[in-house]
Amino acid sequence: MAKAMVVDDSRAIRLILGRTLEGFGYQVCQAANGREALALLHREGDDLNLVLVDWNMPEMNGLDFVKEVRSNPRYSKLALMMVTTETHIDQVCAALEAGANEYVMKPFTPEIIADKLRLLGCLQ
Amino acid sequence: MTNLSGVGPLFDATGQVERLSRDNYRFLQRYVLDGSGIVIDSEKDYLFEARLMPLVRRENLRSLNDLCALIKATAATPIRQEILEAMTTNETLFFRDMAPFEALRNSILPELKAKCGPAKRLRLWSAAASSGQEAYSLAMLLLEGGFQNWNLQIAGTDIAESILERARTGRYSQLEVNRGLPVHYLIKYFTRHGLEWQLKDEIRRMVRFERLDLRRATAGPGPFDIVFCRNVLIYFDPTTKRQILAAIQSVLAPGGYLSLGAAETIINLNETLEKCVFGKATLYRNPE
Ligand SMILES: C[S@@+](CC[C@H](N)C(=O)[O-])C[C@H]1O[C@@H](n2cnc3c(N)ncnc32)[C@H](O)[C@@H]1O
Repeated sequence: MAKAMVVDDSRAIRLILGRTLEGFGYQVCQAANGREALALLHREGDDLNLVLVDWNMPEMNGLDFVKEVRSNPRYSKLALMMVTTETHIDQVCAALEAGANEYVMKPFTPEIIADKLRLLGCLQ
Repeated sequence: MTNLSGVGPLFDATGQVERLSRDNYRFLQRYVLDGSGIVIDSEKDYLFEARLMPLVRRENLRSLNDLCALIKATAATPIRQEILEAMTTNETLFFRDMAPFEALRNSILPELKAKCGPAKRLRLWSAAASSGQEAYSLAMLLLEGGFQNWNLQIAGTDIAESILERARTGRYSQLEVNRGLPVHYLIKYFTRHGLEWQLKDEIRRMVRFERLDLRRATAGPGPFDIVFCRNVLIYFDPTTKRQILAAIQSVLAPGGYLSLGAAETIINLNETLEKCVFGKATLYRNPE
């Protein structure tokens, strides 16, 4: 079974995204900020296929998380998708430059997540 | 002014809003069928209520029966067209279903590039364009595929003028650009406009939108190398489907390709188009 991680400081968002991904057949783990997510990634990393990550979070934000992940060749195949309220075009560009593969602007719907995962080849 | 008193009470004895009468139900069914070719069978009768009640309220009418009385009594009012447009499903998104666009990118466009290389000319048609996402997806795909200095013509047509007006603006909500559009295309081909996103002129001017009823598409422009007629045939009866497929084939260049919606096929509707499978997509090819 494919594995995904949801990183968001909002429990409600983690729940919604987690359920959505489970609905697509993913096994899902969660983290509340970038630092937690990195720790979890180092533990489970080789099994993970996909990370959905928020931008604004305490401890370590999503952009720094993406940069950290991309600096480690071990995770070069990991698909990273930002899911965030940041919608300025400069921010979208910054996320892509840092190495995010896709970008969803909140609010999202399950269809939006599905369409984006299809673009990433993460959903049939 | 039409006198609408006596059409019936606002509420029936149970306090419910007055129901659409059997006769008016058949009248609306016929009206939509004649006006756009769309078949609304009895399983979908809830659609009348869902789609037309906003018009009923706006016109200060009391029920769908009133609305029927109004269109029976008047000839050339805008509301007649609005009813038809309200009954059509306009849902669409960028790169819908992905697979046909991948087939273009990986197989068909390279093939046409080799074939049409000398003339450097390509014509495409989005035949039920709705708000334009399909036509613009094709435009972006062509630019990404290295066709910049080709003579490219993309036609986008639809029966509903109001949706075409939207398509022409090339302006989309955040929700719409979130759906199906690769983020790399978003930053390359759009600019932010308040809460909305504006397609750049570079893409917009590649597409021409015009009103066209597919049932009258016999002597359309053409020939086309690629026709996308997606998620519209499902609404028509078999005779209309067959006739539309023939009309499309008549403007499809020899060796040109047709893409239908994921739930649509030519089985029992056309005997001469050739089925071609590219990965997860099925397209139809006009024999040379
Ligand atoms: C569901 S949309 C499909 C949009 C796009 N092709 C896609 O696949 O996403 C269907 C469109 O068909 C249009 N339509 C309905 N009847 C039509 C007719 N007789 N001629 C042309 N267009 C029609 C509707 O106005 C609507 O915009």
